[in-house]
Formats: sequence, C-alpha cells, structure tokens
Amino acid sequence: MIRYVVSRLVTAVVMVLLATLVIFLIANTVPGDPALAALGDMQASDPVQVREFRARWGLDLPLWEQYWLFLKRLAQGDLGISISSRRPVLADIIDYAPATLELATIAFLLSLAVGLPLGVVAAVKRDSWVDHVARFVALIGVSAPTFWLAFIMLAIFYGQLDWAPGPGRLDPIAFPPDRITGLLLIDTALAGDWETFRDAAAHLVLPSIVLAASTLGLITRTTRAAMLEALSQDYVRVARAKGLLARVVVTGHAVPNAMLPVVTLGGLAYANLLTGAVMTETVFGWPGLGRYTFRSAVTVDFPAIMAITAIVAAIFVLVNLLVDLSYALLDPRVARA
Amino acid sequence: MPAHAETEPAELLLRVRDLRTWFLTDSGPVRAVDGVSFDLHAGETLGIVGESGSGKSVCAKSIMRLLDEPARIVGGSVEFRGRDLATLDDEALRAVRGREIAMVFQDPMTSLNPVLRIAKQLVEAMTAHGRFTPAAARTRAISLLRRMGVGRAEAAVDSYPHQFSGGMRQRVMLAMGFSNEPALLIADEPTTALDVTIQAQILELLRELNRDLGTAVILISHDLGVIANVCSRILVMYAGEVVEEGPPEQLLSDPRHPYTWALLHAAPRIDAEAADRRLTTIDGQPPDPRAWPAGCRFRARCPFAVAKCAEHPALLPIDEGRASRCWVTQEGGTLHTPARAPATAAPAQAPQPAAPLLEVRDLTKHFALPKQGYFSAPRVLRAVDGVSLSVARGETVGLVGESGCGKSTLARLVLRLHEPTSGTVAFDGTDITHAPQSAIRPLRRRMQMIFQDPYGSLNPRMSVGEILSGPLLLHGIVADGAAARARVAELLDIVGLPGAAAARFPHEFSGGQRQRISIARALALGPDLVVADEPVSALDVNIQAQIINLMVELQERLGLTYLFISHDLAVIRHVCDRIVVLYLGRVMEQGRAADLFSRPLHPYTRTLIAAAPVPDPRIERTRRHVPMQGEPPNAANPPSGCRFRTRCPAAQDICAAEEPKLRPGVEGQMVACHFPGVL
Repeated sequence: MIRYVVSRLVTAVVMVLLATLVIFLIANTVPGDPALAALGDMQASDPVQVREFRARWGLDLPLWEQYWLFLKRLAQGDLGISISSRRPVLADIIDYAPATLELATIAFLLSLAVGLPLGVVAAVKRDSWVDHVARFVALIGVSAPTFWLAFIMLAIFYGQLDWAPGPGRLDPIAFPPDRITGLLLIDTALAGDWETFRDAAAHLVLPSIVLAASTLGLITRTTRAAMLEALSQDYVRVARAKGLLARVVVTGHAVPNAMLPVVTLGGLAYANLLTGAVMTETVFGWPGLGRYTFRSAVTVDFPAIMAITAIVAAIFVLVNLLVDLSYALLDPRVARA
Repeated sequence: MPAHAETEPAELLLRVRDLRTWFLTDSGPVRAVDGVSFDLHAGETLGIVGESGSGKSVCAKSIMRLLDEPARIVGGSVEFRGRDLATLDDEALRAVRGREIAMVFQDPMTSLNPVLRIAKQLVEAMTAHGRFTPAAARTRAISLLRRMGVGRAEAAVDSYPHQFSGGMRQRVMLAMGFSNEPALLIADEPTTALDVTIQAQILELLRELNRDLGTAVILISHDLGVIANVCSRILVMYAGEVVEEGPPEQLLSDPRHPYTWALLHAAPRIDAEAADRRLTTIDGQPPDPRAWPAGCRFRARCPFAVAKCAEHPALLPIDEGRASRCWVTQEGGTLHTPARAPATAAPAQAPQPAAPLLEVRDLTKHFALPKQGYFSAPRVLRAVDGVSLSVARGETVGLVGESGCGKSTLARLVLRLHEPTSGTVAFDGTDITHAPQSAIRPLRRRMQMIFQDPYGSLNPRMSVGEILSGPLLLHGIVADGAAARARVAELLDIVGLPGAAAARFPHEFSGGQRQRISIARALALGPDLVVADEPVSALDVNIQAQIINLMVELQERLGLTYLFISHDLAVIRHVCDRIVVLYLGRVMEQGRAADLFSRPLHPYTRTLIAAAPVPDPRIERTRRHVPMQGEPPNAANPPSGCRFRTRCPAAQDICAAEEPKLRPGVEGQMVACHFPGVL
C-alpha cells in the first residue's frame, strides 16, 4: 500500500511538471504582451522602456532558459514575483487561497448534503414527485449559467428581499478577525467572535449556493443513475428475497455499490470547485483564487500564471490519488495486497 | 424419492391458481405468465422447464413477488399455507421471504453483493427474521458453509464474494437459502452458469438437502436432463402456460404434448450414437406474448396439429398423475417418434487425406500475470501448455473441457489471433506460428471464426448487409457494391435468412437468427476452416438444433472443416468426428467420438461424461456415476505430475511424481494417464 502511494506521488510530480510546461508554452504562444499590459499604451510605445521591462522580468531570455529558471525557483519553493502586484506570488496565493478554500468546501458539503439523499430517494421512488424534483434540480443546476444564477440570486435575496448580505466576505464595517488560518469561520470561532462568525456565515450563503449549483446537479444525477443501476442488480433481488427490510436493502446493499461512481465524480467536482470559481468570485466580490487567476490572465502575469497552473495541477492529481485510495476502501475487488 | 409417497399425504404447501403476471409496457401488456395453476406438497421436488420467454422464471419470481417494474400480478392466487402471497401486505410477505420460502438465482457471480463480506450476507439473512442473535447466526453460517461443501469455512466466511469461484458462490447461495430452514426453496436455473462437473455436484447437494431436511424444491431449468435428475414431477411451460405435467419417468419417455416432444427430440443425447447428425427441429418462433394466438398456442409450429387446435385447449388429466394441454393426446392420440430425414447422400466420410488442413505441434501460450511485488519473480499463466492435434480436411474436431481449460485460447492461437509462446501451427502446410500479420491476412480468407455470443459479436451500428459485405470488399473478393449485394443475398439464403435481412440491423433479430448472421459472415470469404467457439451455448434447445443442422448441412455442401469448441458433451458427441479433451492447458485424451464416449480411457473423460445429465430417469439410474471432487485447481499453479490427480478418484503416488505422457491407447485413441481405463 505504502509503495503504491509513493509510486503514485512520484507520478503526480511528473504530471504537475508536464502541466506547467504545457501552460508555459501556451502562454508564450498566445498573443498578449506582458510589457504592454503592465506599462500601458503610452510607455509601451517607447522601445527603451519595453526593453528595460523585459530585461527586468527575464522575458528577453530564450524560452527554455525562462522555463529552467522557473523550475529552479520552484525547487526552492520560490514561485517568483508577480508582475502586476510586484509581490512574491506565494504571498499573493496565501492571501487569496483561504477565501476560495472556505467557499469551495462549504459549497461542496452543501452539494453532497442535498445531492446524495435526493439522488438516492429519487432512484428508490422512481417516477414519483421526488424523482421529478430531483431531475428538475439536476437540470437547472447543470444548465443554468453561473453568472446568470449569481445575478438573479443577488437581485432577489439581496436587492429585493434583503435577506442576504451583499458581496464580499464580511460587512465593510465589520472587524476581520486576526488571521490564523485565513478561513473566516474558523478564525472567528477561535477568537470567540460570534458576531463576525455570523456575518461571515451569512456572506457565504448566496455564493456557496451559486457555486454548488452545478456540482449539486451532477451529484444528484450521478447518484440517481448509480442507484438505479445498483437497484437492478441481482444481489438486490437476493437481498429482497432474504426478507430484509426495504430500508436495509437500499442502505445496506444498493448504496455501498452506488457510491463508487459518486466518489470519482465527487473528487473531481471538489477539485473543480477549488480551482474554477472565477465567475462566482467575480460577481460576489470574493477575494479568492478565481479572481486572482482572472487578473493574472488579463495582465499576462507569467509568474502568477505558472504558479497557479502548478497549484491547480497538484490539486487535481492529489484529489485523484485520494479518490483511488478511497476506492480500495470501498471496493474489496480493487484493494491491493 | 420424496418420503410422502408411502406415508399419509403431505401438507399442501403451495396452491397456485390461474396466476397471471403481465408486463404492463407502453406498447400493451406482455402476458408472460398467463394462467398457470399447480400444487406443491411439503417435501416435493417440482421441476419447471421451458425455453426462454416461456414464463418459467417470471412464474417463480411471482411466487415471492420479486417482480421488477413493469411486471405485475394481474390475476390469480398464490396460496402458501393458506395465505395468498399475491395479495399479502408487504410486512407479512417479508416474514415469508427468506424464512419460509427461499430462492437461489441463476448467476452466482452477480447474486452476492461484491462489497460485503460473506459473513454479513449470511448473518443478515438469519437475523432479519429475529430467529438468531448475530453471534449465533455467525456460528450457524460457518456450519452451513461446511454443510454445503465450502472448504475452510471459518476463513471463508470472512472473505469477499470475488475470492470464490462460481461453484463456491452457488454453495454460499444455497447456505443462505437454507439458513432459516425454509419449507420451500425455489432455484431458478441454479446450475446454468456452471461447468458440468460443478453442476453435478450442486444438483447432488440439492437432492441431499431435499432428502435430509424435507425442504420442498421448485427447480427451474431449460435443461430437461437437469430437471429429470432432481425432480419427482415436471411442469412444461410454453407461451405463458403449463402445457404438460407429469412424473419424469413417463413424461420424458412418452411425452403427451407436442412441445415436450419437440424439446426432447431437439436435444442431442450423450447416451446414444446418432445415426444422423441432423436433429429434429420445429419451425418458427414462439408466438408474440403481446397477442397470444386464439387457439392452441403451439399450433403454428406443431407437426401434429388438427382442425380442433383452432380452439384453445385446457390442461386436462390424461393419465394417472399426468395432464396435457393438447386436443390430440387428450383424445387418446399418440405422438410418434420423429421420422429421421433419410440420410442424404450418405455422410461423405471422406477418406483421410495425407496432409491435414491444420497441424498443431507442442503449442504453448503463456500469459504474463501481474507481479505480486516489485521484486517478485514474474509469474505466467500457462493457458495452453504443450498441445498437439491435427484436423483433416472435411473433418469436425471437438475441443471439450471445463472453463479455464484453455480451449478458447487454443482456438485463438490456431487462427493467430494470439501469437503462440512456442510450438508450431501449420495451416494447409504453411507454418503460421510466427508469421507477420501481413502474411496472415491473405490466409484469413481461408480460416474464419464463429463466436459464442450472438449479441456481442455483431456490430450494432452496422446493417447485416454491411457486416457481410465488409470482408468481401476488404479482401477484394467482389469488384463493386452490386456484386457484394448479390453475394450477400446468396449468403443469407445459404443460412436460411430472407434477403430483406440485409437492410436490417442486428438488434432486430433473435439470438438464433443472429447466430445465422455470424455463420454467414464466417462463410462470406469461402473459408476452408471454421473455428466455432461455443456456437450454440447461448441458444435454446430448438434453436441450438437448427444451428447444428445448418452447420452440418453447410459442411456437407461446402466441404468445410470445423474446429468445434463446446463445454456441452452431448453437442460435442453429436457433431464431432474426433474429440480432444483438455484439462488445465493439456490434452488428457483424444480419439474418435464414438470410441471416446463408449470407452473413455482417461478418468477425466469418464467423470465429464458421467456428470452430464440425461433426460431420462430410467437411463440415468443405470448410468455409472463417478464422483468428481472439488474444482479445477488454479491454472497459474497447476499440481505436480498429472494435473488431474487432485480430483481423480483413481490417483496413486506415481501420479503426483510423474506426469503421464500422451500415449497411444487402442485404435488411435490417445490418453495421458498412468492407469488408462481404470475407471
């Protein structure tokens, strides 16, 4: 088992490096000049300033040397200096990541808490009203565009009804807690500041629902399909023939089998939530990685783009590894000696 | 024999009356079970036989109301000990399920939950009815497994299902079925997915359990031999009805319904030499269950039909303990034995030519197994391990053995779908053992294959015309599309399909028709050698007979040479000139079919033949029963010496020490045994 994990981790490192190489090449091929983006039209029209700028950021070096420098710094844990913020990229990411982690985790838990039971009940009571609700939720969740959903939610629950607070992680007048983890719910709880805790929680409601929508739809749909498949298996008929309670047949026999595809999907979905909240974060003014990614892309901020790529790749590879390991726990047929 | 025959009448356990189970589909009701009535007494063994779609399995599931949507019991009653199970409320029914009536299903590979331990699955069956504490149930689970013949029961109980073979899983299912000492066990095709030797063991176990525990058994099977082996009464189902009922001795020797008659005569017999390789078949297909015909449902296919058959007959007593749903036999008519078609053009027993068409010498195929660790030695599975055989032009050679014996691998090797590890394969004098694909491709025209699964082996996205013309165009046999179409029409005609079939897609055909398409595809290139891998195993007995007849006819007409693979000894005996018996990748015995069956020299051949059930209890009683213990050993780690010795009733010390060579026995028979003919 340990040997398996180690060999998977080695593969993971290679995968991450390959991902950075691909992004490096793409970023250098697409039109878009960091000098133009950073200096503005006026200064960029002056060749001297542009030359200076390129020399300062190492953009005048050959491509392979630029990439080699990136790798060398990466090995030392240095992700470089952001061209647009002029701060170390690592410091930027440490600032922005907790907001995304908090939002993505709450959204993920929300989609599991609703999607799993909904999918199971929909399959067991096929063609009942629950099933119709589940199919509707899945359809809306998967197909409604995030920006549209985000604006609608804001317009209704903040603009019209005023049930929910506006954009941002906290009220502008609230005092943020001392930074310990960067996760507001945890930091406020640790500080015992329950007023700010409630404020942070209230600010999470709308964006997490918006962010959860598509994941919720996918999980509901996958759970429902996997349950229908499991319920049609011979061993479920055998379980019924044993005289087990209907509830035991579902939870004891069908659900453990139906969880296998859901785990695969769930892992990928969580990785997606962690890395792909650009739209939601933009609409809700959420100072997270999504916005940072967006800003880095439009300013052609090479060091930031490379760092984000490495982190995103690492998250996906790691989540996949965790999914595979959990498979060994869930399904004795894939357990290794 | 059930004990109730001598003593006072046993309790009436089950009283099914006019049971109707329909599938309520969007395109109208499918009347799968349409008016079935029968009684079952305590301790009795009742067999229900019929082909797929006859309603036998739906009937069994209806008894316990284990039906899936959209099946519904729409009429009739299932009285079990005075309660009507068809209308019983769910909670009361749950108390009956598993407690008073237990059920064992066809496929042991899918009947156990793959993610739960055996112990949990057995224990919950007992604790669900509150008769055992979890601890007591676990103890009982272990003793039940031991009773069912599962080795090392204490360890086995904590295993997962995938760690067991199919036979062992079916024993686990039987342990589960008997765990609450039910009054009735329903077994739905319990041995269909198993090898014949394992089938014999499971049937023997069923008989014992019925005898020792007095549990009544309803055994559902498509195989008359299996039914005859276990049951004291048989119901024959056709088109959703019972068409004949009676004790096996009379029903099987003197059938009183033409459908029973057809079933009996369509099945090749392992216990008799056939004068003609053509089997008696009936035409047509079972009627559409959405609209049964008004009169007798078998009338359209019946060779004995009279004018009165336009009226629907009732199931009426015709003799002591017998009933039939047939106007002819109800009025005292008899069903003659089938007139064998006069052997057309006396089987062209071709004089053995000097050079064989296919010559295989010391062939081996090793598959690499996954390593157990980074530093452990590589392991191989010796799927085929030193096999020699030759097939003469115009001959049919049968390969027989249990699953995992290497017969399918051997078939793929001779066609060079696999590359051999060592040895030689020569086709018509050309060594093709390691020939490159470019050299094999022209030879593909001359050697073709028919596969077992008529559903998986035809591309569902291609029309039949495209499937058949593909190889013609690929090999440049026809010049253009028009010529290809003409050849496709010709091929369809050869295999007995209408020309219009070319425009249709595989899913529009039944299993038997698809197998005809497979045969047409194999014939498209005009091959010399056809390798048929279990070509009739997935088919009902009448369709099986039709396909066998077709293959026999084609052989006579086109001079084909067959390498015929089957696990079914009766089929092998019926169609083959010579037979090769394989066990764990080695040839145990080979010889002429007639010799091999009348005088098997190898104990393995003997046990295989003995394990195959014969649909006649009187003959069955006179046959020699040779017990075969256990299951085939792991092919990755075969026993020392003779590979069969671990299961051989005649094994001696020398068998473990020294591997017997394949030596000539009598009259060209070859046998690899230290004590040939001892059994």
